[in-house]
Amino acid sequence: MNIHLLLQMASEAMGHREAILCGDKRMSFEELGEAAKSVAAKVQPGEKVAYLAEGHPAFPAALFGAALAGTPFVSLNYRLSREQLDAQIARVTPAQFITDTDVTGEGMTVSLPETVMQGEPLLGEAPDEDGAVAVELFTSGTTGEPKSAVLRHSNLMAYIFGTVEFMSAEEDEAALLTVPPYHIAGIAAVLSSTYAGRRMVMLPSFTAEGWVALAQKENVTNAFLVPTMLQRIVDAADGSLDLPSLRNIAYGGGKMPRATIEAAMALLPHVNFTNAYGLTETSATICMLGPDAHREAFASDDPAIRRRLSSAGIPIPSIELQVRNEDGDVCGAEETGLVYVRGDQVSGEYKGLGSQLDSDGWFLTKDRGFVDVDGYLFIDGRADDVIVRGGENISPGEIEDVLRSHAAVKDVAAIAVADTEWGEAVGVAIVCPSSVDDAELCELVRANLRSSRVPSVIKRMDELPYNETGKLLRRVIRDSFAQ
Amino acid sequence: MGQIYKPGTKLSSTVCKTQIMALRVPAEELDVSCGGAPMQVGDPAELGEMSGDNAGTLVGKRYTDADETMEFLCTRGGEGTIAIEGYVIDIKAAKKLPSSD
Repeated sequence: MNIHLLLQMASEAMGHREAILCGDKRMSFEELGEAAKSVAAKVQPGEKVAYLAEGHPAFPAALFGAALAGTPFVSLNYRLSREQLDAQIARVTPAQFITDTDVTGEGMTVSLPETVMQGEPLLGEAPDEDGAVAVELFTSGTTGEPKSAVLRHSNLMAYIFGTVEFMSAEEDEAALLTVPPYHIAGIAAVLSSTYAGRRMVMLPSFTAEGWVALAQKENVTNAFLVPTMLQRIVDAADGSLDLPSLRNIAYGGGKMPRATIEAAMALLPHVNFTNAYGLTETSATICMLGPDAHREAFASDDPAIRRRLSSAGIPIPSIELQVRNEDGDVCGAEETGLVYVRGDQVSGEYKGLGSQLDSDGWFLTKDRGFVDVDGYLFIDGRADDVIVRGGENISPGEIEDVLRSHAAVKDVAAIAVADTEWGEAVGVAIVCPSSVDDAELCELVRANLRSSRVPSVIKRMDELPYNETGKLLRRVIRDSFAQ
Repeated sequence: MGQIYKPGTKLSSTVCKTQIMALRVPAEELDVSCGGAPMQVGDPAELGEMSGDNAGTLVGKRYTDADETMEFLCTRGGEGTIAIEGYVIDIKAAKKLPSSD
């Protein structure tokens, strides 16, 4: 299989449809197909295609162009420091780089996003090599050195065939793409939109005002947001949002605070919200909390139903999911353990480390969580973030949820701090503009949880460190406590 | 003369524009035909005569047998009808998931 087929089908069956709008540039699916052929023609034998730029029509053209040329597409984070970038470039070369930044290095051939889509096309069919790699993406590395996740054509095609129907978008549908090209959600959005025949409206640098204005101007119907983006849109809306064309918002990429999704649903009652839970290593979404489940939870007074607004939903039909305890046994309902998944879209493979799947094809996500009696998955956090106090496993999430319920607390993170008596203890970084004393916060935790959960250190911060796609950088917080 | 196919294999009709790709196939020899003529790997140089009753194929639809033991994706539509071992395979009902990206 080859992901280029998605674009080929789109350009043959609906070539006249508008595929991309970015600034004042417009392209049909047919034109995108031609642009991909021009990208492919520039790739020299042995080169990968590396994309190092913001969202631009050259991004989808390069993604499909690399596939047509039979080489992996690699997307690099243009926000990295020069030192980090050089380290990643060395892991990617030799490569045809598509970039407008001023970087040069050994094994790099450089093209501008503007010009790479022009020139002679590569003629002929996309190669169909068993097990060929379509995309290599660096994981965000919030806990350590970034790993290069390997996604094969067969993984990405399984995701698309499992979740999207060909040409299922109405002619008037438009998706607003704000997630950067180096994020799995950015890749997935291009593949899904192309196969569905949905216009991609690109917003390379996100601001809440810019997002709302573009959504209004282009009658956007679909959007994907990370939680911090949705929070900023809610904040900027100041109680009302005029987006009559908007039908669907999917969100993911980090934990959605309950208050944010509730505020967004109240602001946009006509919009269908979907929580899409997935990882780079699983070719994007593996669980969904759909619009009906959102509305049912939002309207319910039953706490067990209401809390589903914090749920990752249920596995999509092509994915199997298990929560297992430390002995490897499958957990019962409400019992927290490690989340394992299995399915054709799950790659679970890193460059240089090989496949991390077990002999039965299961992949350990390293997320902790539980399922409720109806099979809804609740993600607790990363297994690496668990605080082990005197042998007892403590989830940062439960402490954070309790503290966040305090009206004065704007943001909070619980992390492990070194403790001479217990090995580790609970440290809390808190953003709390009004004055609330530590004793009150500790009492709140004691009253709702056990005394072992009570923070031994509380540190006030002006804001918590997040990366640009809204992932909390716990490592940075841990380092600041260690100093 | 049946053949064993693997997921990802593309078959072209020899009597119309239809092309299909195997998504899920049993590990056994299959006779795949379109418009009454055997399908082949790679497009034919020229098209032959169609025979039998043909309702055509639709690009983007999945085709499956009655027991759903196999599944093909139509990657290019045409006028012929696809049959496996002489039995017509039909469009599989789409399961609609919400848009997740």
